[in-house]
Amino acid sequence: MATTVGGTPPPPGVTTGLATPELLEEHWSETPGLGSFLTTVDHKRIGKRYLYTGLLFLVIGGVESLVMRIQLSHSNLHVLDPETYNQLFSMHGVTMMFLFATPVLSGFGNYLVPLMIGARDMAFPRLNAFGYWVFLGAGIFFYTSFLVHRLPDAGWFNYTPLSDSVYSSGPNVDFYALGLIFIGISTTAGSINFIVTILKMRAPGMSLNRMPIFVWGELAMALTVVFALPALTLANILLELERRAGFHFFSAAGGGQPLLWQHLFWIFGHPEVYLVVLPALGIASAIIPTMCRRPMIGYTYIVLAEMAIALIGFGVWVHHMFATGLPTIGLGFISLTSFLVVIPSGVQIFAWLATLWAGKPVLKTPMLFILGFIVLFVIGGLSGPMLAAIPLDQQVTDSYFVVAHFHYVLVGGAMFPIFAGIYYWVPKMTGRLLHEGWGKVSFWLMFVGFNALFFPMHILGLRGQPRRTYTYQAGLGWDFLNLLETIGAFVLALGILVTFVNWVWSTKRGRPAGPNPWEADTLEWATTSPPAEYNFENIPAIRSREPLWDQPELGPHGQPVEAGGRGLGGGHNTLVTSLLEAEPEVVAPMPHESPWPFLLTAALLGVFYGLVIRSWVFWTVAAVLGVISVAGWFWPRGETQET
Amino acid sequence: MEREREGKFPGVPTGRFPSGRGPIAAGARTLPAVAAALIVGACGGETSIVSPKGPAARSVTGLWWPMLATATAVFAFVAGMLLLAAARGRRKSDDDAKVTPRWGEPFIVVAGVGISGAILVGFFLFSLSRVQALTDAGRRPDVTIGVIGHDWWWEVRYPNGATSANEIHIPAGRKVRLNLDTDDVIHSFWVPSLGPKIDMIPGQHNSLWLEAARPGVYRGQCAEFCGLQHANMLIRVVADTPAGFDAWIAREAEPADAGAAGGRDLFEHQTCAGCHTVRGTQAQGKVGPDLTHFARRDTLGAGVKPRTDENLAHWIADPQSVKPGVTMPPITLPADQLDSLVAYLEGLR
Amino acid sequence: MSSAELLVPTGQPDEYLPTVGSGPTNFGWWGMVLLIAVEATLFALLLASYFYLRFRAGPIWPPDGIENPKLKLVLIMTAILWTSSLPVHLAHSAAKKGDTGKLRAFLAIGFVLGATFLALQVGKEYPDIARHEFTPRTDAYGSMFFTITAFHGAHVFVGLLMSAWVQLRAWQGAFDRHRHVSVQNFVLYWHFVDVVWLFVLLSLYISPQF
Repeated sequence: MATTVGGTPPPPGVTTGLATPELLEEHWSETPGLGSFLTTVDHKRIGKRYLYTGLLFLVIGGVESLVMRIQLSHSNLHVLDPETYNQLFSMHGVTMMFLFATPVLSGFGNYLVPLMIGARDMAFPRLNAFGYWVFLGAGIFFYTSFLVHRLPDAGWFNYTPLSDSVYSSGPNVDFYALGLIFIGISTTAGSINFIVTILKMRAPGMSLNRMPIFVWGELAMALTVVFALPALTLANILLELERRAGFHFFSAAGGGQPLLWQHLFWIFGHPEVYLVVLPALGIASAIIPTMCRRPMIGYTYIVLAEMAIALIGFGVWVHHMFATGLPTIGLGFISLTSFLVVIPSGVQIFAWLATLWAGKPVLKTPMLFILGFIVLFVIGGLSGPMLAAIPLDQQVTDSYFVVAHFHYVLVGGAMFPIFAGIYYWVPKMTGRLLHEGWGKVSFWLMFVGFNALFFPMHILGLRGQPRRTYTYQAGLGWDFLNLLETIGAFVLALGILVTFVNWVWSTKRGRPAGPNPWEADTLEWATTSPPAEYNFENIPAIRSREPLWDQPELGPHGQPVEAGGRGLGGGHNTLVTSLLEAEPEVVAPMPHESPWPFLLTAALLGVFYGLVIRSWVFWTVAAVLGVISVAGWFWPRGETQET
Repeated sequence: MEREREGKFPGVPTGRFPSGRGPIAAGARTLPAVAAALIVGACGGETSIVSPKGPAARSVTGLWWPMLATATAVFAFVAGMLLLAAARGRRKSDDDAKVTPRWGEPFIVVAGVGISGAILVGFFLFSLSRVQALTDAGRRPDVTIGVIGHDWWWEVRYPNGATSANEIHIPAGRKVRLNLDTDDVIHSFWVPSLGPKIDMIPGQHNSLWLEAARPGVYRGQCAEFCGLQHANMLIRVVADTPAGFDAWIAREAEPADAGAAGGRDLFEHQTCAGCHTVRGTQAQGKVGPDLTHFARRDTLGAGVKPRTDENLAHWIADPQSVKPGVTMPPITLPADQLDSLVAYLEGLR
Repeated sequence: MSSAELLVPTGQPDEYLPTVGSGPTNFGWWGMVLLIAVEATLFALLLASYFYLRFRAGPIWPPDGIENPKLKLVLIMTAILWTSSLPVHLAHSAAKKGDTGKLRAFLAIGFVLGATFLALQVGKEYPDIARHEFTPRTDAYGSMFFTITAFHGAHVFVGLLMSAWVQLRAWQGAFDRHRHVSVQNFVLYWHFVDVVWLFVLLSLYISPQF
C-alpha cells in the first residue's frame, strides 16, 4: 500500500512495488527507427555504439600505421613525403589514444557496469548519449582536416615551439587543439557518469568490497580522468590563445616557457596511459576467475593496486622529460616514483598468477587473449623500469626502444584484453558465441604479428634509431629488422581482421550463447542474452562477491522477492543506494529518450568548426544554439515540479 | 576422458590440443632461440648504445646489462608459471580448482611488494649513482664547444672563435663539454655510442659531457621531433688526437683561401651570400651553415649525402629533392656556372 | 502549494522509499560536485602555470617594467562578490523551508551582486589596465593575468546563467521543501566560484606585492 502525504495518486503498478515483464516492457522499450536512433538513452545501445565507432577508429589508426610501416620497410624510401608521414604518425597517436582505446573501454564500461552492479541504466542516461555523440563529432572534426590535407602534424604530444603559429602556421595544429578540447567534453561527461553510477547505483548488498574488479577499474579510470584531463584541456586552450590571439605562454621571447607545454601535457599524458590500462586490467580480472573456475585470489590487493596505480600515476610525469635538462633533484624524485609505480602492477600480475595456478585454466579464446596480455604486459612492464633509470632513459628516450615499451604496455596491456572482452562479452550482447577455432587463429596471428612488429624495436632503439623519423639512412644495418616489423604489422592486422569477420559472421550464425555460456559469477550473466531493455526484472539483493556462484536463485528471470528482489513497481525508475554499503535510499525516476544530447552536440560541432575556420559569427551563433539546447535539455517535461 | 572432450561449457566447442602439443607449448619451445638471436643482433651497429665508445656511454651500459639480465629472469619466471599453470590445470577437477591455497596471498605480497620492491629500489639507487657520475664528469671539461640547433642543421662554435657546421671535431680521450642551444624549435643532441642525449630548448642553456675514448668517427642524430627533416638532421662527431684537434680548429678559424675567382664571384653575387658565410669573402649570411671550410667535411646537408661533386651540384640545383622542406631554395644556373661554383666550394678546405 | 512527499514501494515488504533525494542521495548533486572537481583542477593548474612562469622569469615580477597590481578596485569587486554568497546561502535556506518568496528575492539579490562584479571587471578594470599598463599580448605576465581572471569571470557568467534558470524555475513554482536540488547545486557552484576568487586574488594581486 502506497503511503502518500497529499499529492497525486501513484501510477499503476506502484501500489505493490512488484514488477512484471509486461510493465517493464511498457515503460522501458524504445520504438525502433531513426528517431530512436538519435534520441536513445539506453546504456546498452550507447555502449555498443562506442564499441563499433571505437573499433572503426582502430582500423583507421591501424591503416595509418601500416602505411607508415611500408615507408619504413627499407632505408631511404619515398613512398611518403615527410609532411604526409608526420601527419600519419601524429594522427596514429591521437586516433589510437583518444578515438580508439578510451572510447572502446568506455564502451565496455557503458554496456557492462550497470549490468554488473544490478542497475537499470547509468546515472545520467542523456549525458551518456551526449558523451557518445560528442565522441563521434570530435572524431569527424579531427578527420575533416584530412579532406584538406591538413591533419595535425606536430606529433600526438604536439610540443611547442614546433606547434606554435610560427612553426606550424596552417590549421593542422588548430584541428589538434580544438579537437582535443572537444573530445575532452565527452571523456569528462562519461567519467562523471561512471563515478556517480558506480558509487550510487549498486544493487542492495553490493558493498564496495563486493564490487567486481572490472567496475573498480572503470571507477579508477573515471577518477583519473576528472583530475588529469583538465591539464590537457588547459594546455590546448593556452596554445590556441597563443596561436590565434597572440598571447604568450610558451614562447621564450615573450617571457613564456616551452617546457610549460610539456609539463601540462604530461601531467595529463602519463595518467592517460594508466587510465587506458586500468579498465583493461579490470577485464583481465573479470575473465580470469571465470576461466579458472574459482574466485580471484587477492581481490583486496588487486583493488588497492588499481587505486595505487591511479594515484602514483599522477606523480611520475616528469619521466617523459628526463632529457630536457631539469635539475637532478627533481628528476631523482620522479625516478623513484616511476620505479615504485611498477609495484602495484606487479601485485596484480602475481594475484593473477596465483589464481591461475590454484584454478583450472580453460584455454578458450578469451583466456588465450588474457594469457597473451599477461606475457606482453609483463614484457612492457620490464622495459618500464629501464626507462625509470635516468641515465638509461637519457640514452633510449626518443628512440624506438620507447616505442617498443609503450606499445607492449598499451597494445599488450589494453588491446589484447579488449579482444578478450570481445570474445567474452559479445555473446552476451548478441546472444551468439563467436567461432572458437577462428578465435584461436586470430589470437595467434595477433600474438606472433605483434611480437614480430614490436620486439625488434627494442633492438633498433638500442642501435640508435630515433623515433618520429620518416626515413633512415642506408648502411646502418637497420633495414632487415624494419622489414620484419613491417611484415609483423601486416600479420597483426590480419589477425585483427579475422576477429572482425568472426564477429560479423557469428552475429547471425554463431552458436546460441544462452544467458551464461562461461558459467561466470558476476551479475551481467544473470540476464538474457541480449538483456532486456530494463536489464533486470527485479533489482537483486547481493550477498556475495561472486553472486552467480553463491546465490543460485539469481538468473534471467529475476530474483524473487523472498530472496531480496525489488521490482520498483516496474516503472521507468531505478534504485539509488548508499555509497559504502549499498543500502537503498531513493527510487529515482529515469529520463526518457531525448533529442537534446544530439542537438547540443551539433551546436558544439558548429562552435568548434567556427573556431577552426576563424569565423566568429559562426561560432557565436552556434554557441547560442548550444545554450538553447542546454535549456531544452533541462526543461521539465510534463511536470512543473522538480523531479 | 569423455567429459574432458565434451568440454565444461555446454554448447561451446572444445579445444583440440592435448597437453604438450598445443600451440602454447610450441611457442614456449621456440621462444628462447628467437630471443637469443635478437639479443645478439642488438649488439652490433656503429650507433649502438650497447657498444659504448666513451666513458659516458659505458656508464650507461654498466646499468643496462644488469637490468636486462634481471628482466629476463623475471620474465622467465612469469612465463614459466603461466605455462605450468595452464598445463597443470588440465589434470584438475573443478573441486580442486576451488581450493584456495594458503600461500596465495602471502605469495602476492612477497613477490609483488617485497621482492619486486627490493629489486626496483635497488636499481633506483644504482641508477642514481650513475647520474651522479655523469653530472660530476661534466663539471671539469677540458674543452668547451658550443652547438646551436637549427632546422635542420647544427651550428658549431669552437673555443678559438671558429664557426663551423654539422661536423663536430673533438679531441679523443678528453672531456668535452658541449653547450647546447637552439635557434628555433626544440632539438636534441644524441650520439648513442658516446653517451646520453640532452634537449636543446629555447631560452634554456643545457650542456652535455661528450668524450670519445679513441679517435674515430661517431654518428648521431637529432632526437627530438623538429619538423619536416628531423629524420635527416644527422650528426658526425670526428674525434681527432688532441694534437690533431688543435691543428684542425686552428685551420678552421682562418678565413678561406681565395679560390677560383669565377666560382667565388658567383657565390658572392648569387643568393648564396644572402644565407651563407665564407670568411674572407663578401658572403656574410647568417641563415644557413658557415661554409668557410666546407670541403673539409665529409657530408653535406647535415649528413644526408656524401660530399661529392655530383651530390653537391644536385643539392645546389634542387635541394628540395634531396631534403624536402629545407629552407634553401633551388639555385638555377647554366651548367658551366654550376660547375665552377661546385669547384669553388670543393676548394674550400 | 502542495508539499507532496511521495513514498513508493520497492517490492520488498513494508519498504517505501522517496522518489526525490537531496545532497548525496541525489545524482545531480554528485554531478555538480564532480563538475566542481574538474573545474577546480583546471584552476589549480592555471595557477600552478602562473607560478611556474613567474619563478622561471627571475626575481622581478611583474616583469618588463609593469607595476604591481592595483588593489583598490579589485578589493571592492571582491567585497561585492563575496557578499553575494550571503543572499545565495539564504536562498538555499529559504528553499529548504519551502519559502518560495524569499527564495526568489535572495536569488535576485545574488544575481545583481554577481552581475555587478562582472560589469566592474569587464567594464572598468580590464579597459583601465589595457589602456595604461599591459594587454594580454604584452608578455607572459599580461597573458596570464587576463587569462586567469577571464577564466574566473567566465565561470561567474555561467553562474549567472544558472541563477537565471533557477529563478525562472522558482517563478514557475517548481521548488518546495523536498524538491530543490537545483537550488542546492547552484549554491554549491556559486560558493565554489567565490572560493576560486580567493586563490586568484591571493596569487595574482596580493602575492606580487611582496
